Amino acid sequence: MIERIGRRTVDAVKAVGRFGHFVSDLGRALPDVATWGGLTVVQMRRVGVDSLPVALFIAAFTGVVLALQASYTFTGTVPLYFVGTLVGKTMMLELGPVLAGLALAGRVGASMAAELGTMKVTEQVDALETLAYDPQSFLVIPRVLAGTLMFPVIVALAILVGIATGWLASLVLLDLSTQEFVKGLKLFYRFKDTWFGLFKSATFGCTITLVGCMVGLGTRGGAEGVGRSTTRAVVYSAVLLLVLDAFWALVLLR
Amino acid sequence: MIQFADLYKAFDGKPVLAGVTLDVHDGETMVIIGYSGSGKSVALKHVVGLLHPDAGDVIVDGRPVAALDRAGLYGLRREIGFVFQFAALFDSMSVADNVALGLRRRGLAEDEIAERIREALALVDLTGAEERMPAELSGGMRKRVGIARAIALRPRYLLYDEPTTGLDPVTSAVMDQLMVRTREHLGVTGIVVTHDMRSAYTVGDRIAMLYEGRIRQVGPVAEIQQTGDPVVRQFIEGRPA
Repeated sequence: MIERIGRRTVDAVKAVGRFGHFVSDLGRALPDVATWGGLTVVQMRRVGVDSLPVALFIAAFTGVVLALQASYTFTGTVPLYFVGTLVGKTMMLELGPVLAGLALAGRVGASMAAELGTMKVTEQVDALETLAYDPQSFLVIPRVLAGTLMFPVIVALAILVGIATGWLASLVLLDLSTQEFVKGLKLFYRFKDTWFGLFKSATFGCTITLVGCMVGLGTRGGAEGVGRSTTRAVVYSAVLLLVLDAFWALVLLR
Repeated sequence: MIQFADLYKAFDGKPVLAGVTLDVHDGETMVIIGYSGSGKSVALKHVVGLLHPDAGDVIVDGRPVAALDRAGLYGLRREIGFVFQFAALFDSMSVADNVALGLRRRGLAEDEIAERIREALALVDLTGAEERMPAELSGGMRKRVGIARAIALRPRYLLYDEPTTGLDPVTSAVMDQLMVRTREHLGVTGIVVTHDMRSAYTVGDRIAMLYEGRIRQVGPVAEIQQTGDPVVRQFIEGRPA
């Protein structure tokens, strides 16, 4: 038992050390703009195209459900225009970034871990090195930058879609007028609601892609190793994303 | 000149290389033979710094590889072409882009890159395959693209990791001819890692056998063919123990 705890502790410390080493390698590769510059644009397109449908789909249904649940909670106690407040605040501050982030951890993080893991076990990463490319410049920086820059864009669109479907649900299902919904939406709105959600999603994007790349490049073994890395990337990303979510709430909302 | 100087490497506490010492002279092709898992590929990867030794080093033209900083290592890699066992082509790129990748890194102009691609693919008999994707190629063709990618860089050294493994006898013979032709055409120093003795006799000037982490015997092809060492004899004749 004690031995197992000791082993786990050593493994955890090693993992933190590997992460630190990985991030410092990333910093060292940053000046190599000639390599990662063009590739980042390609990755931004890929991350955007891959992620947008699933993020918008989730946001659309979340908006409807939020409106209906708010109405269920408020009826008879709180004026119904607060439905707009709840839909807007919740989408911007929490559900937009977090639900999209979790969905994208599965979509983007897993796909990066599988792609880089396959490259690793088929010696494509070694081949890059022998061609005098730094895998950090060629593979990691473009993906991490793409995730960091594109996630806020995707989440912004998801928030808009969520609010729009919440508004439609209020009009059609709750007999709320547009004026009432917008009144609720504006009621406690602060600009911080917008930047907080988008800033948070940028950190989610950075974390998900960083974890996907690190786990992918650490792959050992054949197809089984790639499968293990893919699962690991999704689990680690999802856990870190929720920890980060709590961290930013603690730091920025108090 | 490439010198393996008392090279040690272990994985998870299990020694793979236990003091490999070997000199590869300029202009020659050295073939390293040995059983599967004997550490041949591990030794080869130390030459380009893909693996870091536990002790000892590989010295290329007086430069100890393990002691090089990142810039020095990339400088060294620009002089070495590496042909991987399963070609290690980039799946998402066409044949031409695979060959061009290393050339772009060297900052060559696009017209020179196009010329080098054409020349390299012609040398491996793959003219016209520029736009094909790796998934559309046979195993032998993939390996030939791997060679084209390496020779397009016009390296001083060419390292081949199991170039004929997994190929039928005819395609293996074609690969052997290709390695000989490449050497004649470019005059490069080569190291070929293989357990295919027919290939070793065809492409090698000298043969070294790696056994239990050390070089068991090294010598010209004719000398190895006449060896009295029972371990080397058993391996080259393919006799079970």
